[in-house]
Amino acid sequence: MFRTSLTTNLILICLLVVLAALPPFLGIYYGNMVTRLMILGIFAMSLDLLIGFTGLVSFGHAAFFGLSGYILGIVMMDTETASIYWVLPACLGVTALASLVIGWFSVRTSGIYFIMITLAFAQMLFYFFNENTALGGSDGMFIFAKPTLAIGSWNPIDFEDHHTFYYVVLVSLILSYLGLRRLLNAPFGQVIQGIRTNEDRTRALGFATRRYKLVSFIIAGTLAGFAGFLEAMHTSIISPAHLGWHESGNVMMTVILGGIGTLHGPVLGAFAFGFLHDWLQDVTEHPTLYMGIFVIAVVLFLPRGIAGLPADIARWLRRKPPGDGGSPP
Amino acid sequence: MSEPILTTVRLGKQFGALRAVFGVSLEFEPGVVHAIIGPNGAGKTTLINLLSGNLPPSDGSIHYRGQDITGLSPDRISQLGVGRSFQKTNIFPTFTCFENCWLAAQSRRPSSMRFFRPARRLVDVEARALNALETCGLGERRDTVAAEMSYGEQRQLEIGMMLATEPDLLLLDEPLAGMGSEEATQVIGLLRRLAEEHTLILIEHDMDAVFAIADLITVMVNGEVLKTGSVEQIRNSAEVQQAYLGVEEDEA
Ligand SMILES: Nc1ncnc2c1ncn2[C@@H]1O[C@H](COP(=O)(O)OP(=O)(O)OP(=O)(O)O)[C@@H](O)[C@H]1O
Ligand SMILES: [Mg+2]
Repeated sequence: MFRTSLTTNLILICLLVVLAALPPFLGIYYGNMVTRLMILGIFAMSLDLLIGFTGLVSFGHAAFFGLSGYILGIVMMDTETASIYWVLPACLGVTALASLVIGWFSVRTSGIYFIMITLAFAQMLFYFFNENTALGGSDGMFIFAKPTLAIGSWNPIDFEDHHTFYYVVLVSLILSYLGLRRLLNAPFGQVIQGIRTNEDRTRALGFATRRYKLVSFIIAGTLAGFAGFLEAMHTSIISPAHLGWHESGNVMMTVILGGIGTLHGPVLGAFAFGFLHDWLQDVTEHPTLYMGIFVIAVVLFLPRGIAGLPADIARWLRRKPPGDGGSPP
Repeated sequence: MSEPILTTVRLGKQFGALRAVFGVSLEFEPGVVHAIIGPNGAGKTTLINLLSGNLPPSDGSIHYRGQDITGLSPDRISQLGVGRSFQKTNIFPTFTCFENCWLAAQSRRPSSMRFFRPARRLVDVEARALNALETCGLGERRDTVAAEMSYGEQRQLEIGMMLATEPDLLLLDEPLAGMGSEEATQVIGLLRRLAEEHTLILIEHDMDAVFAIADLITVMVNGEVLKTGSVEQIRNSAEVQQAYLGVEEDEA
């Protein structure tokens, strides 16, 4: 059963209100940054479904993020306008298919082998796009036009407008979160959480666990593809770096930083990561070094990540005042 | 005599050079409590692992209700109505008792590939889970996290989870191991009640319990079946006393 405490719910709703009210005050630079961090939040949540809720540590998750962006780039290569009604399904469809193929092999392994095989597949895709000069090779490609929602001359949502796109991403983030919550409390979610906790026992109870792991892998991959689609729409560029192991490592770090198996934690992780990196870039010449120290500190002192912070603080406060009347059991 | 519910034919399992189970041909009658006893390392757990599909046999075959189930995966065998409990407690430690039994009960739905409607609305699953909790004696512990319970209670939960899958044939690997005498008495009573409607294959070291519950006893030594017989026959068999008790004495 996946539940969040009342405190967490209140905090999340407050953060949501802030995110919704923020755009007029952000300016172009921070507006783009927050948009990007929300997209990374979706990406990180999709990985949390695997790591935190199915117990599958995928080290090649960026493959789906980048692949979807490339499909968008390829589709838009020789066209001025395209309708999102088929472009988005095409991007998601290809990503789902890729997750099916990669997942089919990967879920046959476990532990370190699972990590290695997902990494290997992602690297294969990386080199495929890296060597493919028609697709810009290592430079990647620009996406000159974005698909539109227009039906005839009526265009309800203009993706070219920064403000509008911010809200498109915000709504996508909320829907992804609520959708995953729903999934986790549905019969399917019960099974994958059983697999995470004790796969052997889940199989002994009569569940064909491999099939559930594969479906979880496909859902996570497709959601990562959705994030990749938004990212490519947002930045109008797609390059092999988007599906490299570096990107996979970053998103995994985001999940760990935010709190594995918490769903909202990885979104918080994306924001913490993003803003910290941005700030460090201003104050030091070695932002990556200090990022590393930060990550180590979080792992050591906040084992449940940023999402565990409210509970950690509450426990600390309760323990703090000695002889303060105490708290009888 | 009725058709056996489960039959093994020259079943064998080899670990490297070790013959953990060898040439085991047994018939298990429906409605009968069939105990399997034997000294440590006799191959009892390995035999159960073969029957439940947790280990693939190296030799021989297994038939359940006339169907060849040799080499089927544990989930397939469970779906045929064979439930098992583990010697080494095997539960979901971070789940509550209710959640443990819930997942077990949910396994009897035609499919759990359901992605949207909340699982908690499945009233049939809830009823089965609660029923199993009551039966195994943990009705009061419904919302307790499994890891926080005593060892004996975890063993009870182990049985509860098996029951929530509504099996016909129960494979019980030392259900009393590590229980206090009060808990053990309770579980012996439970096994007796279960025996009225189920077929039991029971591995147990506690001889008083075995003699109290079992209809038939098979003695295994070094991976092989030494003898199968009624409680009286086994109790009075010189052969068994020598092989089985002899080993016990050696150990002491
Ligand atoms: N997975 C395995 N790999 C290698 N050897 C094994 C394995 N499982 C069991 N064995 C060996 O097979 C033999 C039979 O073990 P098994 O666990 O079936 O005995 P048992 O009758 O259940 O004993 P106990 O009463 O102690 O539970 C032992 O010698 C054991 O060491
Ligand atoms: Mg054993």
